[in-house]
Amino acid sequence: MNMLTEAQAWKVLDTVADPEIPVISVTELGIVRAIDAGVDGLRVVVTPTYSGCPATEVIARDIRDALLQAGVARVDVEMRLSPAWTTDWIGEPAREKLRAYGIAPPGQCVPPGGALPLRFVPRNIPCPKCGSTDTARLSEFGSTACKALYRCQSCLEPFDYFKPI
Amino acid sequence: MTEQTQQASPEHVEYVLRMGDNALILGQRVSEWCGHAPVLEEDMALANMALDLIGQARMLLTHAGRLEGRGRDEDGLAFQRNEPHFRNLTLCELPNDDFARTMVRNYLFSAFMVLLWERLLQSRDAELAAIAGKSIKEARYHVRHAGEWVLRLGDGTAESHARTQRALDYLWPYTAEIFADTPADAVAEDARVGPAWSTLEQDWMAMVVPVLEAATLSLPARTPFRSHGKVGRHSEHMGHLLAEMQYMQRVYPGANW
Repeated sequence: MNMLTEAQAWKVLDTVADPEIPVISVTELGIVRAIDAGVDGLRVVVTPTYSGCPATEVIARDIRDALLQAGVARVDVEMRLSPAWTTDWIGEPAREKLRAYGIAPPGQCVPPGGALPLRFVPRNIPCPKCGSTDTARLSEFGSTACKALYRCQSCLEPFDYFKPI
Repeated sequence: MTEQTQQASPEHVEYVLRMGDNALILGQRVSEWCGHAPVLEEDMALANMALDLIGQARMLLTHAGRLEGRGRDEDGLAFQRNEPHFRNLTLCELPNDDFARTMVRNYLFSAFMVLLWERLLQSRDAELAAIAGKSIKEARYHVRHAGEWVLRLGDGTAESHARTQRALDYLWPYTAEIFADTPADAVAEDARVGPAWSTLEQDWMAMVVPVLEAATLSLPARTPFRSHGKVGRHSEHMGHLLAEMQYMQRVYPGANW
């Protein structure tokens, strides 16, 4: 028997942190797509961030563990690819948390089918520490696949930029 | 992921398997750079893109296994098939050689994949369309990353130009295979699973030629040479790649950690 309603289950998942970016939850990241109550448990639909993201399996396990611990008898985590995850699903409060944590939040996504400029490096990413837009990209890939490494030319601090995808 | 209930045609399976094998084998090649790239930033970039490819391979091979309906999963397909059963383009299995060849190959291949994924967004195979929706985002930065390097190396120093031209001369004949259809292409196109790959050649040329020219590279002439990885006739390099990739599962079948 279920001890939790769907709304309560969402609240539980609000406390499950992203394993790589512990200041935001899996719900704030926008990867929990649905929670359905069944007869004998809950089904949680999750969408992966990147195809090869090694955190995906950890996230599925953390979600299952949190709900089991909250008293749900049975938890099925289902992976769903479509619609594909986009950083546009990260809400404003979570973007603020990223900034406070030292990660510049993602800009708006390029719409699919748009132009593919070469020699194009997104500039003017505001430094999450001092707010200066005088910043430069050091590496397109940073500590994880989803982040790029930047440096602020003003306060000279390096920082991660959550890439829009 | 949704279970496939009805049996798919062998050509449909082949079409998906070919894509899975391309991603797997190129992912294996790109991962060889881990710890060896010329600079740390590229080491991370290449490792990350290899992971993307292997992630795509997992989705595609899982799907191919379900379509086939013989109970083979992603691991069974990746680690327990022999060389003639792999359907990847020969282009994907060629050795990395230097950084220039790696970048030119990544560019030529991912430019094709951007075009193919775009078309597969409309596939009647809903799972393949979903995989396309995910993978196209990654292919778009793969082509940008490699394209930036092709420009920088081609239009760079005399040494980098010479190496990039040598890489293009070496790889170009193998790109003909991409657009040489097999029976799987016609069946996939009729069933609206995906386009026959030959139909993408013009768009691909329109995409890559201006970049190669901007990189001051000269385009090699097309020759009658054809490679045949897509139908399981691979180069001498494939066996070595598989020996390394499959070693653990061959020695300890079903090993897990």
